Amino acid sequence: MLTKRIIACLDCDAGRVVKGVKFVNIRDAGDPAELAALHAANGADEIVLLDITATHEKRKTLVETVRRTARQLFVPFTVGGGIRSLDDASAIFDAGADKITINSAAVSDPSLITCIAERFGSQAVIVAIDARRAVSAQSESLSTVIPSEDRANHPRSESRDPAFAAEVYVSGGRKPSGRNVLDWAREAESRGAGEFMLTSMDRDGTRAGFDCELTAAVSGVVSIPVIASGGAGSPDHFVDVFREGRADAALAASIFHFGLESIGELKQHLQRAGVPMRWPV
Amino acid sequence: MITLVDYHAGNLASVRKAFEYLGCEVQVTEDPEAVRGSRHIVVPGVGHFGATLQLEKSGLRQAVCDALDREALFLGICVGMQWMFQGSTEAPGIPGLSLFPAMIEKFPSEVKSPHVGWNQIEINGETRLLRGVTDRAFVYYTHSYRAPIVSGTVATTSYGAEFSGVVERDNVFGVQFHPEKSGPAGLAMLKNFAELA
Repeated sequence: MLTKRIIACLDCDAGRVVKGVKFVNIRDAGDPAELAALHAANGADEIVLLDITATHEKRKTLVETVRRTARQLFVPFTVGGGIRSLDDASAIFDAGADKITINSAAVSDPSLITCIAERFGSQAVIVAIDARRAVSAQSESLSTVIPSEDRANHPRSESRDPAFAAEVYVSGGRKPSGRNVLDWAREAESRGAGEFMLTSMDRDGTRAGFDCELTAAVSGVVSIPVIASGGAGSPDHFVDVFREGRADAALAASIFHFGLESIGELKQHLQRAGVPMRWPV
Repeated sequence: MITLVDYHAGNLASVRKAFEYLGCEVQVTEDPEAVRGSRHIVVPGVGHFGATLQLEKSGLRQAVCDALDREALFLGICVGMQWMFQGSTEAPGIPGLSLFPAMIEKFPSEVKSPHVGWNQIEINGETRLLRGVTDRAFVYYTHSYRAPIVSGTVATTSYGAEFSGVVERDNVFGVQFHPEKSGPAGLAMLKNFAELA
């Protein structure tokens, strides 16, 4: 049976993992190569390395970090953050990444999705969507496509609402783009995206659980996999996002922070709840 | 020496580093002469079956056929495995190697496509490639088209219905999943292939 995926995310700044995770059996908790290998050995189905380095100068270390991390990693390896062109993507693939994520650059030039997909295959192109439910002032029209009284009549079908009011944010979640999340998901898929990494800006960092409604809404309008991100705080949140959110994969940056010793324990919890998992690995 | 055939379809870095990790020497080449004289030939591939047209145009297809005639060892991965069949409904008119007598077809519409993620293989035949690999091992797939069950099928995977995960006959081997991304089980398969004399 096709299993649901648990993806470990490493946020890196200038070649170092920045979200602190306490490990006992690791030499250097800030080294992405060592952490990636540890996560994979513990049962992570995939590794995502997100470069959050602010300055352009320091970003030069990324390719070397990717090369070092990829060398001994034999599960799918995705790299994102600041990829703006086919050349940027090519350098990351050459260094050993299997997939890249693109976000702001794809919103400002959607043909970039097609361009990278034609060269490296759709399976290698993840479009990252940072979504916020509260709609910004300049895009109020997004929420008024369907009159509110009609919505009130169909509260249960909100996830299929073509005007589901969530907006795409760019520039690290700082700037509203004015685009509706579902419209953008449909367009990105038609342009060659292979997967979505959907982050709820509302939930990110809250540990209040994934935004299942948002995830289900996107999952309902595309056929490619949706990776849910933002808000993981307990093992049951993962159960919820796979069941109610219809996610194909769930991502967490600080997966070891909620009292579980390993990804293995999370996977066993999900297995007991009836979610198909790759476990034991 | 593993010869990795480069026909400009996707990214060869992952397959290359997996063989290198196993201690193999790897040459990445688009030169038909280099392929013709090779003992271990690997054709990877991602994306569209239509990309295999480049193998025909570049003379690589003929080189692979010549190598197979003198019993070279051949491993096709993903689209490289699909190429070992007669052809694909994804790109009608582009012939495969016809090592296995069937057409590659899209997944039935009842299941979400592409099939992406970790799924299990059920091993159901004598196989050199899967020696030491446990039955129901997890492997990583990413594809929208798949091979039906044929007489050379040695492992199947279920998604909607059963399809060929691994095919094998004499010196030719094909895997629909990505062994270079499938953890220890995948590495074991690549090692088995590399160690065939």
